[in-house]
Amino acid sequence: MSRADTFHWFARLLHWLMAAMILSMLFIGAGMVTSVESKYLWLVSIHKPLGIAVFVLALIRLGFRLTHPAPPLPADMPLWQKLAAHASHWLLYALMIGLPLIGWAMLSAGNYPVTLGGGLRLPPIVPADALLFAWLREAHRYLAWLFFLTFLAHMGAALMHGLIRRDGVLQSMTGGRRPERSDIA
Amino acid sequence: MTEKRQDPRPPAHAAGRWALIGLAVVGAAAVFGYVGGWLAPERLTPKRIINALQANGGDYPGFRRNHAKGICVTGRFESNGELAKYSTAAVFAPGSTPVVGRLAIPGGNPYAGDSSAPIRSFALRFDMADGEQWRTGMNAMTVFPVSDPKAFYELTVATHPDPSTGKPDPAKAGAFFKSHPESAAFLDWIKTAKPSASYVPETYRSINAFYLRDAQGERHAVRWMLVPDKGPEGDGGAAAGDTDYLAADLMKRLGQGPARWHLQMVFANPGDPVDDATKIWPDDRRTVDAGTLVIDAAEAQADGPCRDVNYDPTILPRGIEVSGDPLLAARSSAYADSYLRRTSEEAHVPGTARPKEAHP
Repeated sequence: MSRADTFHWFARLLHWLMAAMILSMLFIGAGMVTSVESKYLWLVSIHKPLGIAVFVLALIRLGFRLTHPAPPLPADMPLWQKLAAHASHWLLYALMIGLPLIGWAMLSAGNYPVTLGGGLRLPPIVPADALLFAWLREAHRYLAWLFFLTFLAHMGAALMHGLIRRDGVLQSMTGGRRPERSDIA
Repeated sequence: MTEKRQDPRPPAHAAGRWALIGLAVVGAAAVFGYVGGWLAPERLTPKRIINALQANGGDYPGFRRNHAKGICVTGRFESNGELAKYSTAAVFAPGSTPVVGRLAIPGGNPYAGDSSAPIRSFALRFDMADGEQWRTGMNAMTVFPVSDPKAFYELTVATHPDPSTGKPDPAKAGAFFKSHPESAAFLDWIKTAKPSASYVPETYRSINAFYLRDAQGERHAVRWMLVPDKGPEGDGGAAAGDTDYLAADLMKRLGQGPARWHLQMVFANPGDPVDDATKIWPDDRRTVDAGTLVIDAAEAQADGPCRDVNYDPTILPRGIEVSGDPLLAARSSAYADSYLRRTSEEAHVPGTARPKEAHP
C-alpha cells in the first residue's frame, strides 16, 4: 500500500523507529556527559550500540530513499519552504550517518576499544591520535546540538503542515487519512 | 491521487494551534536543556569536579587535572594462569601481555615537589593480543577517604589551598571530616603515611572493588594490588632539597634491571562491603597471586607512550566487570572530561588554553 501521496510503509516504519532511536540517543548523550552517577556507565553502554544501530539503519534508509522517491511537496508551498524542507531532510540524513561515524572515529582516535556489549567490538577506523580525538570529540558535541536543532525545526514544520496548512504532508508520514477536502473537488 | 495543497479554510482556533506547535518545540528544547544540565545548574557534573581539581592544582593546560606529575613506564605482565579459573579475561591465561603504565603523584600541579603528597599512584593499560584492553588506576594507600562523587567534590572544595598560605585551611578540612565519618579509616592510615623515596617499593591498590566473571558465569568480588618484589635497590633516598627524586630514582633502578610487582587478587568474603571504597577488607581474605608485572623501561611523559592514555578504570576486558561502587562511574566520567580538556588544549581547539611550555 504505497499511494503516491504517502511514503512507502517501509520508509514510514524506518522513520518512526529511527525517530525514537535518535531522540533517545540525543538525550542519552546530553545526559551522560553531564552525569557522574552510576547511571553514567549504563548510559554509555547504551549509547555506543544504539549509535551503531542508527548508522546501519540510516544507510539502509538512504538506499531506500534514493530508490523510492518521496511524495512531492504541495505545489502551492512557497519556494523558500520547499528549499528549507529539502535542505533539512538531507542535513538529517548527513547527521544520521555522520554523527555515529564521528563517534566511532573519535573512540578510535582516543585508542579506546569500541565495545558494543556482549563481547562485540568494532575495529578502529582512524589511527590513535589524541589531537584528532579532541577535534572529533568537539565535532561530535556540536553536530549533536545541530541535530537536535534540526529535529526541532523538523517537528515544528511537520506540526505546522498538520495543524495550520493541513495539506497532507504530515499524513504522508503518519499514513493517516487525508483531511476532508469535499469543498475543493 | 489528489494533488496536495493547503486547505483554504482558515483553521479553527488558529491561535491555539500555533500555541500547541510552540509548546511542543519549546517543551522539547526545555527537556533537552534539563537533561543536558544547562537548566539544572545545581547538578554535580564531571565538569564541576574537574573545575574543583583544577582550582586546587592550578592552571596547567595540556596536563592531566589530577596526578599531573608522573612518568611513563613500559613492560609486560607475566600471568601464571592461577586466576584463569576465576576470570575468562585473556590477560589471566598463562602468558605475557604488554603494558603501558604511568607512575605519578596526586595533585594537579605537574611541577609539584615529590614530597607534596604521601601517596604514589600506578596506572596500567594491558594490551591484549585480540585488541581488548584492561585499564586500571591504582594508589599506594589502603582505603579511600570518601565513598561517593558528591563527597569527593566537597572534599576537593574543602581542601582548596588558602591563597595566603598556599595550603588547605585546616578548619575547613576539619569540618569536612567531622561531617564525614566514613573517612575514619583513611584518616587513620594517613596519620602515619610518609612520601616514599621511590615508586618501586610501594604497594599499589585498586581501592575500588570489581567482579571477576568465570567461565561458568559466576562472579567474584575482588580488589587487586601490586606488591613489590625484591628488585633493584635505590641509593637510600633523595638529597636534601631535591623535589624531583622519584623519576631519577626510577631511572637509576631500571638501569640495573627490571622492577617487579606481584599482581595479587584479593577475594571478598560474603558480606564484605563491595561498593564502598572507604571500607578496608580484613587482612585474612583469600589472595591469589596472578603473576608478575615486569617494568623494564621508563620515559618522560612529555613524549612517552602513556601521555595520550586516559587510565579510565572502567575500561575492562570480558571477564572483569565494574562493581556498584559509585566512585567508578564518577572516575570514568571525570577522567573523560580531564582527557578532553588536555587533548583539546594540545590540539589548539578554539576556546581552550594553550599549553605553556614543554612537559617536564
